[in-house]
This record gives sequence, C-alpha cells and structure tokens, in this order.
Amino acid sequence: MAEAILETDGLTKVFGGFTAVGGVNLRVETGTIHALIGPNGAGKTTCFNLLTKFLQPSAGTISFAGQDITAKKPADVARLGMVRSFQISAVFGHLTAVENVRVALQRDRGRNFDFWRSDRVLRRYNDRAHELLFDVGLSDAVDVPAAELSYGRKRALEIATTLALEPRLMLLDEPTAGMTEADVSRIVALISRLRAGRTILMVEHNLSVVSGLSDKITVLTRGKILAEGDYATVSNHPDVITAYLGTDHA
Amino acid sequence: MFGFSKAQAIGFLIMVAAVAIGPFVLYPIFLMQVMCFALFAMGANLLMGSIGLLSLGQAAYFGMGGYVCGYLVQSYGFTPEVGIIAGGLTGAALGAVFGWLAIRRQTIYFAMITLALAQIVYFFAVQDTDFTGGENGIQGIPRSALFGHLSLNNDLAMYALVAVIFLAGVLFVHRVVHSPFGQVVKAIRENEPRAISLGYKSEHYKWIIFIIAAALAGVAGATKAMVMGIETLTDVGAAASGLVVLMVLLGGIGTIYGPILGALVVVAMQYYLSSFGAWVTVIQGAIFMACVLVFRRGVIGELAYRLKTPL
Ligand SMILES: Nc1ncnc2c1ncn2[C@@H]1O[C@H](COP(=O)(O)OP(=O)(O)OP(=O)(O)O)[C@@H](O)[C@H]1O
Ligand SMILES: [Mg+2]
Repeated sequence: MAEAILETDGLTKVFGGFTAVGGVNLRVETGTIHALIGPNGAGKTTCFNLLTKFLQPSAGTISFAGQDITAKKPADVARLGMVRSFQISAVFGHLTAVENVRVALQRDRGRNFDFWRSDRVLRRYNDRAHELLFDVGLSDAVDVPAAELSYGRKRALEIATTLALEPRLMLLDEPTAGMTEADVSRIVALISRLRAGRTILMVEHNLSVVSGLSDKITVLTRGKILAEGDYATVSNHPDVITAYLGTDHA
Repeated sequence: MFGFSKAQAIGFLIMVAAVAIGPFVLYPIFLMQVMCFALFAMGANLLMGSIGLLSLGQAAYFGMGGYVCGYLVQSYGFTPEVGIIAGGLTGAALGAVFGWLAIRRQTIYFAMITLALAQIVYFFAVQDTDFTGGENGIQGIPRSALFGHLSLNNDLAMYALVAVIFLAGVLFVHRVVHSPFGQVVKAIRENEPRAISLGYKSEHYKWIIFIIAAALAGVAGATKAMVMGIETLTDVGAAASGLVVLMVLLGGIGTIYGPILGALVVVAMQYYLSSFGAWVTVIQGAIFMACVLVFRRGVIGELAYRLKTPL
C-alpha cells in the first residue's frame, strides 16, 4: 500500500447529542486525488473542519505526515502543510486579487508581526503572485478587488491563494459548487494540471467532476463511511445508489 | 511618499499647513485638545477600521496614560517627555493585559468585555488615593521644561510639541496599516477563518493591534494632561470611550483623516456649544444616530468613496 499522508482513526464529532461524524477511518494516500462524497448533511464539511482543526473532535485521532495533529491549532495545521478551502468562497473581498495571493505568499516571511516596516517589502512576491493568477486564468483581474469578481473567479482566486502555500495536502470543499459549466471545466482542467506531485482531498457533488479526477472515493452518509473505492466500484455499490436516490430508506 | 496615495499625500500637506497656521487663527489650547483626541481616535480606528473590533473601553488607556503622566511630572518632578512616554507605556501594558482577555471574544462580547474592564479602571480612579485624587483628579500638573531645558509654559512651545507628537502619530498609524503586518490584519478583518486556514494566528495580530491602540491612547491622554495641567475622571469614564467611537464613526471608519476630522468636530462642539449645556450631549447623540443609520461611511469615508481614492 502506498504511503498515507493523512490518516484518521475513529474520527467522531457530536453536536449536542447529534453525531455529525461517527467513527470515520479515512486514509488519504500521498499523490492521489481523493474525493469525499455524500448527500447533504452527511458530515463532509464537518470532517474538513475536524481535519483542519477548526473543530475539535469528540473522539478519535488524526495524523498528518506521520505526526499526531489531534491537539493542534488550525493555524499550526496549516503551517504543517494541510491547507483547506471553504464551501462558501473565501476571499479577502477588499483586497485585490494579487494582494489576496500575496497574503498567502508572505507567510514564508515567518510571523509577519513587523508593523514598523513598509509593505513595499511584499513587492518581491509580485512575480510569483502573477504566475499563480495566470495559472488559474486571472491574469486580467490582477488589480481587481476580490469582491468584484464573479463567483467562479472567486473560487479560482481561492485556489490560487491555497496553491501559493505549496501545501502538501489541499482540502477543497466543493470547488465547483455554484459555477457555470465553463467555470467548472476550467477548474477541472486546472486541478488535473496541478495534480502532479500534489495530494488533494475534495468534497464534490458534481459526479462527472469526481469520476474524471479522483483516484479514490469515500462515500459518507449520516457521518459514517458507506463505501470506498474507485469510481466504478462506488457507483455500482447498491447502498450508494440507495443513498443517492434517497427514496428507499435502508 | 511614505506609501501615501496621491490624495492622502495632498491631505497630509494640507493638514501640516493647517497645524502650522492653526495657533495664529484659533485658540491654541483648543487645537492641542483636538490633536490629542485625534491621536486617541486614530488608535481606536486601528481597532475598529483595520481589524474590525469595537472597543467600548478605550478611555481606560487614555485616562490612565494621563494619570501616570500627571503623577510622575507633578509628584516626582519628571520632565514632560518622560511623563508622555510613561503614559504610552502604561496604555500599552494595560492594553496587553486587557487585550489578552478581550480578543478571545467576538463582536458584542468583545465590546462588553472591554467596557467591563474599563469600568474596573474607572472604579479604581474614583477612589480618593494619592495617585488619582478621586473626584478632584490631579490638579496643577506643571508643564515644566522639555528635556529639562525647553520651557513649555508658553502655549506655542507646548503647541509645537503636541503638533510633533500628533503628526508622528499620523505617520506611525499609516505605516502600521501599510506594513506586512497590516496586510495580514486586513486579511483577518476581511475573512478571519480564511486567514487562519492560511496559517495566521489571528489572536496574535488582534492582540498587537489592541496594544498599539492602547499605547496611542496612553500617549494621547498623557499629552492632554500636560496641555491642560489637570487629569480628571472625565478622561477615564465611559463617556470618553463613547466619544472616541463617535469621532471615528463621524469622520469615517478605516480612513486616515476621518478620526482627525471627527475629533475636530466633536471637540469643537464641546468648546463652542458649551453654552447649550446638556444639549451638547443630545446633539452628539443625534449625530451618532445619523452616522449609524444613514451616514455609515462618515464624512471622510463618503468623500473617499465619491473621489474613489483612499483618504
Ligand atoms: N456547528 C454545528 N452545530 C450543530 N450541528 C452542526 C454543526 N455543523 C454541522 N452540523 C450538522 O452536522 C450535519 C453535517 O453537516 P455538514 O455541514 O458536515 O454536512 P455536509 O456533508 O458538508 O453537507 P453539504 O453537502 O450540505 O455541504 C448536519 O446535519 C448539520 O446540520
Ligand atoms: Mg458541506
């Protein structure tokens, strides 16, 4: 078996008696694109929040790159190289596209507490920021405030910002949700281009995106893993068909 | 120049000119008060505008800065610059402790904690101790001589000192906003979870901003104590905390010149409308409501919006 970059053991989150995620054992192998799918309310976003430590698990452990991160803070998890995007596009609205990306790039300066220094020192990140914006097709929007971009372009900017950190593992929560057809194919093309040397865990509802991109799929329903495998295996699994068509409750 | 936009640079030159001509046209004491409150408001604006935190207890740092400065200069005969620096350090130290407690909460809870902590400081100041003088405050603080040599008894000499502190404050605040640190701070204001997900510990940035705002309040309070020669409960109470919020809102949150204009208007009302007595408070209340309800950008904010340039 290939090496796992991320592994959870019995990952559980209980919200006041309601188990949103219950005993999930997830294993993301290095260099793969791993999709997490499931109906609304299955616990996918909650899983992301647990993995990135935006939520503290009620039980279970998480290890990332061979290190137990169960007790770490979200910013520290990010610094270890696991960087997430959000289900609702998360950009810095009043900052321009290039400034958005630079916020990520300037992290390599360390702590950035130097309030006495001019922000001119950040200009050395401009070239790299422009490259990243070019990669996601935003070259024409470099100096546009992020809030003024269309929804699809905001998502592209978010990916560029995430990529700026060169994460070892990228967590994308529904990267194509709410996008036009054209934007979706642009993002899919982008992700297939990026995938070399990267590991991606993504939540995605669009099954054609999932089938085209992912090496492995985990299906979650009501906080539990229902099925796991490649697209063919998972899509023919009777429980998955039931869960997705929904009428026939098991 | 100094990272100013063109409009900001022009604004700065106009302001320097106004500061230079001011004491020959208007009452110098009035202008010095405006500059002290402007410095105070610029700090509050760092919290409100840059990182989006509303503190209702900024007077704690302003007042304590004034008390410590007044006490050191009056009781121990320290020179004014020592008093003012000590005032700033007092604000920073108090801000470090209170900020550490407050930044863990958001929005209204943050505001309430800052208010509650400031009330503790007020309660302490009301006690009739040797230090604060209770209801009487500290009276008759001598202006003495800067560095022990330059006498400040002349209003113009005092004015020059206040003007230098004020203008340095404007440049300092501008630098903070336009620094690598300021860039992360803006990101946190815009979307805190996203900034955290990129690896920034937002609470550290909030804490530093809080301390800077408190230090500016401390310097402003200390300078004001030197100007007026007294330090009283007015500067440390909840009303002063409210007034500084009003200045920021009126002038324009998140702008450089907004808090300065806000301070000018609010202090002018107190000076020139004082014959209306309690009505000044009512007028201030009405302005406050107008700002919150219809005039959200404030005067300078609205101007910047119309001119499509930061101011
Ligand atoms: N903070 C919370 N407090 C209480 N319940 C929560 C909380 N967050 C999520 N839940 C609940 O947990 C369940 C799983 O939610 P989650 O957002 O993880 O689903 P999801 O799989 O991402 O769904 P979607 O496809 O709609 O995004 C839902 O029933 C939701 O209401
Ligand atoms: Mg979700």
